[in-house]
Amino acid sequence: MTDHDNDETLEDLPLDALPLDAWHRARGARMVPFAGYEMPIQYEGIVAEHNWTRESAGLFDVSHMGQLLLSGPGLDAAVEAVLPIDLSTLKLGQQRYSLLLDDDGGVLDDLMVSRWPDALYLVVNGATKWDDMGTLREALPDDITLNYLDDRALLALQGPKAAEALARHATGEYPLSALTFMRFGRFRIAGHDVTIARAGYTGEDGFEILLPADAAAEIADLLCAEPEVQPIGLGARDSLRLEAGLPLYGHDMSPEVSPIEAGLIFGINKRRRTEGGFPGADRIIREINEGTARKWVGLKLEGRLPAREGAEVFSGADPVGTVTSGGFSPTLGAPIAMAYVAAAHAAPGTALDVEVRGKRLAATVTPTPFVPHRYYRGS
Amino acid sequence: MTRYFTDEHEWIDVDGDVATVGITDYAQSQLGDIVFVELPAVGTSVEKGKDAAVVESVKAASDVYAPITGEVTEVNPALEEDPALVNSAPEGDGWFFKMTIGDSGQLEGLMDAAAYKDFVASL
Repeated sequence: MTDHDNDETLEDLPLDALPLDAWHRARGARMVPFAGYEMPIQYEGIVAEHNWTRESAGLFDVSHMGQLLLSGPGLDAAVEAVLPIDLSTLKLGQQRYSLLLDDDGGVLDDLMVSRWPDALYLVVNGATKWDDMGTLREALPDDITLNYLDDRALLALQGPKAAEALARHATGEYPLSALTFMRFGRFRIAGHDVTIARAGYTGEDGFEILLPADAAAEIADLLCAEPEVQPIGLGARDSLRLEAGLPLYGHDMSPEVSPIEAGLIFGINKRRRTEGGFPGADRIIREINEGTARKWVGLKLEGRLPAREGAEVFSGADPVGTVTSGGFSPTLGAPIAMAYVAAAHAAPGTALDVEVRGKRLAATVTPTPFVPHRYYRGS
Repeated sequence: MTRYFTDEHEWIDVDGDVATVGITDYAQSQLGDIVFVELPAVGTSVEKGKDAAVVESVKAASDVYAPITGEVTEVNPALEEDPALVNSAPEGDGWFFKMTIGDSGQLEGLMDAAAYKDFVASL
């Protein structure tokens, strides 16, 4: 028995321990190398953890992600020269999805940008954070300060019962319920100052909690003592985001694709789509106007056999694309995938085939998310 | 009936001139939730140490190797409907296939239950 696993195991580098390393092991997690760290892939089992998150609330340790703080004179203009974001519409307390692009418009990373008082707070992918810091440092003027917040941990509490569980512990100037999707605020949990954003990577309502690394175990224990909350590993994080139609950097997007091909036009804010002035703008504006030769799509497969990253997509005898992420959807009880296909075959409802170990599996182009989002946008 | 184990975590039960093959409880616990099992066609010749089946967990696909050389005579029809049998009864109802024994000498290189238990403990 041998895995065909192809995760980003950086096996030639020594692995670092995250603040909750011992905490995960004490809870029976199976640890695997991921993004240069030892991370929990699962505790009880991926499907059980997946379903628990959809029905109750799951606690994810995402401390491998890079937390960066940018500050300095002329900050907004400097950052707009690097990211295709419109900072004039990003108010204090708001968070927004953005993209780090190379000069050809290829995707170097996807990230979140939050407006803090006198600073912008960025969360970038763990596997790319060192490169991102290099790219940002090189592109930003010298008087913009870039702080890497490596003394912080990041926890995500996700699921329909996340709000009620977290509200028992988070106190602040206003109640947690005042936060809507993609807003954040300062709160206190067990005497520690934390920043809580209503956001996540599962498609469920949920929160991301930025906290001091030395308080992470205490706060994780506190949250997991709530009957609604269980710890969830990276395995379920992947199956949840796949169902939610959320792309994963390094798989569904890369320097080889533009955000327009990747269906990430929402990461290019409206004003910037005409004004440009960010890396790769020429190509991206051209693609917005003229379309792209290939497009990112969701696929639903017949049967039970999942198609994984790298599987070829066919229309009849013609190869028309490649799967970039795929797996078995516990919620739908069926295999689902994300793929790049030629634009002529990208319309929802298009019948295609995916080849897995020489077998052709029937697939249908399907709008994403595969499982509806349940973000909290206010009552 | 004698049960042997491989260092790739397959088990093989020998009953006369027919052998039954599956994966061990340790293997299923490492794979996690199994969602699909791809079994060889009846009549397929399989070779010791070579691919014979594929198990798909939520996370990944894994090869299952033939513990010995022989010909597949029967596959477990229950796995098509209920691949999770491999998780719940890996060394029982979750068997993969039955095969002929091409060379009974190949069994001698495999582990017995006690040796396999020690082997897993050493991992």
